[in-house]
Amino acid sequence: MNALIALVRKDLVLYFSNRRSVLMSIAAPILIAAFFGSLFGNSSSKPANIPIAVTDLDRSELSARVVAALRADTTLTVSDASEADALARVKSGELRASVTLPAGFGAQAGQALFGGKTKPELVLNYDPSQSMVLPLVRGLLAQHVMQQVSQDLFNSAGARMKDMREQVRADAQMPASQREELSAMFDSIAKVQERAASAADAASGAASGAAESANAPKFSVPFTTREVEASSRPEVKYNSYSHSFAGMGVQFILLMGVDMAVGLLMMRRQGLWQRLRAAPLTRTQLLGSRIVSCALISVIVFSIIYAFAAAVFGVRIEGSVPGFMLVMLAFALLTASFGLMIAALGKTPEATRGLAILATLLMVMLGGAWVPSFIFPAWLQTVSLAVPTRWAIDGLDAMTWRGLPFEAALAPVGVMMGFALVFAVIAVARFRWEE
Amino acid sequence: MHATLQVQGLRKAFGERQAVAGVSFSVAPGEMLGLLGPNGAGKSTTVGMVTGLTPPDAGTVSVAGITLAQDEMGFKRRVGLVPQELALFEDLPAQANIELFGALYGLSGAALKQRAAEVLAMVGLADRARDKPGTFSGGMKRRLNIACALVHDPDVLLLDEPTAGVDPQSRNAIFDNLEALKRAGKALVYTTHYMEEAERLADRIVIVDHGQVVATGTLPELLATLPAANTLQLDIEGTLDPQGLLALSGVHAARLEAGRLSLALDDLTRDAPGVWQAVAAAGVQVRHVSSGRANLEDVFLALTGRQLRD
Repeated sequence: MNALIALVRKDLVLYFSNRRSVLMSIAAPILIAAFFGSLFGNSSSKPANIPIAVTDLDRSELSARVVAALRADTTLTVSDASEADALARVKSGELRASVTLPAGFGAQAGQALFGGKTKPELVLNYDPSQSMVLPLVRGLLAQHVMQQVSQDLFNSAGARMKDMREQVRADAQMPASQREELSAMFDSIAKVQERAASAADAASGAASGAAESANAPKFSVPFTTREVEASSRPEVKYNSYSHSFAGMGVQFILLMGVDMAVGLLMMRRQGLWQRLRAAPLTRTQLLGSRIVSCALISVIVFSIIYAFAAAVFGVRIEGSVPGFMLVMLAFALLTASFGLMIAALGKTPEATRGLAILATLLMVMLGGAWVPSFIFPAWLQTVSLAVPTRWAIDGLDAMTWRGLPFEAALAPVGVMMGFALVFAVIAVARFRWEE
Repeated sequence: MHATLQVQGLRKAFGERQAVAGVSFSVAPGEMLGLLGPNGAGKSTTVGMVTGLTPPDAGTVSVAGITLAQDEMGFKRRVGLVPQELALFEDLPAQANIELFGALYGLSGAALKQRAAEVLAMVGLADRARDKPGTFSGGMKRRLNIACALVHDPDVLLLDEPTAGVDPQSRNAIFDNLEALKRAGKALVYTTHYMEEAERLADRIVIVDHGQVVATGTLPELLATLPAANTLQLDIEGTLDPQGLLALSGVHAARLEAGRLSLALDDLTRDAPGVWQAVAAAGVQVRHVSSGRANLEDVFLALTGRQLRD
């Protein structure tokens, strides 16, 4: 036991006396996690002021209202531009997207709603490097166009309704039954609107043309949304730093494991390993001390990283604290056995370092350390389940911002311990004891 | 006296190559055995087997009657190894290095600290205890390397080329340390390919070549196996049949190589004039003359036909 403690203490002293290693393991993940955390942002900071341009080629009352509605939306910053100018500004990266409302938009949009043959084609140019913006702008555009078109159509005082009645009546190709149904629908809408207008007149006492217009029923999207963060406790708010610190912590601690492996290969080259083997130590003590020291360093480094994240970025263990510690410990053992396996399989320190770093970066990338794994395509999400880092990050996420109970830590811990065991078995089987 | 270290019939092959083929020797308390041989002779492999690092294909090693097979840990506690490489942790201070190795051999607490201080003083590094080996000269590192092997007070100390790359002053300091250890009753095995070191330090010498022991004995015993006690070297210009010189009185060996005529003579005063006359008669020009007493190099040459540093 005395020998094992001496070996572990030696590794700890050597590791923490190496400023480069400490810097790489603690400062680097903090800096990069802070960057990623701020990049992905929190749920409270929704996207705003996305710069787009709108080109109104229609110049109709309806198109003007659509443009006004887009301008009023705080998510967007809308500027006017010619079609060519708007496209050029999107291409240059100045604007995220541009929308062109074509000539005839106002006339065709209402008819298109009831299956009109000609649908106006809105052109949406977008910056391909900002593809996340596309669905957002498309959604807002659909919302405002639908709102204004439906309002325009179903306003009984408007000429549009009369035009629609006339068109339906005159359409000889339309089946009689459909014509009757549409006429009945127009009648019903007219009755509802007349009743609503009368009630508004009675309430105001004095009706004027302007007031009548103001009190006319408004049509809008037929639902509202209540957005709720789906964490286990309603009071728990998502903190993007939680995920980024988990990801970067996992990455840099694994890289530390690689460093420990390379260190063992260096010891072998320098004759230190042979010298240790000459001492009255069992193989279990020799390899076990490496596992213990590497795992201890992992836990210490991860604790420092999370302490910093908690103090500066408000990262909290919203779930189970014992679960969090268990996940961290399992990951530490995973790192230690991973490092030992690299040392067992590696030939020279130089070649091993390069390959091991590549393998580590692939693991952390697939594990969702850089970007959350839910962004991956479905097949890649399935593949990433075979990567131990995925379980480490999921486990840490579960115990931090997801606020899940202790039981949620068991699956990640079990999988990581399984990987650790496999790595350890490979390491022991392939370890070269003799030079 | 009963041997502390007993090595019997060690054999080791690496693939097709037979690195060690039946090496046997023993070392008594207070005795230093010189294991002498050229590079690749099997010295380090033998040391590896004696320290338990390399499992032998055949043969046994025992220290104070304990074999590796019987009690590996007990065996290793009685052995100290000074490896050929500098087995030091460069980022740990000198004392921490020694304390680490002491702890690996079961020492702890105040006893460990005291023993570390003792061996540091023994190798003349007491004033550098807190310095890291990275700041040491090559000789100081070698001495620290020895101190790490001594901290647990082993019965047997194996030194594998312990003076490689060391300046003469540090070499002398190391020799003094080893002399002191001999006086303290330690059994020492010193592997080297420097015959001067073996001649100066070793009580007995084992000469190995191609994994086999080719001679064993004290220095006088090994020199006595030579046909002559003196050597004469002449750097010459011209042709001469060295075999013709063997007919001269007192000349036991004659060899001409790269313009140097090497002769083994019984007595320089009596036998050298005859050589001079024969050389002059052959019409050969002599450019340089040197003479000396026979040494281990000559023994090795006589035994193997090769030089130690070939």
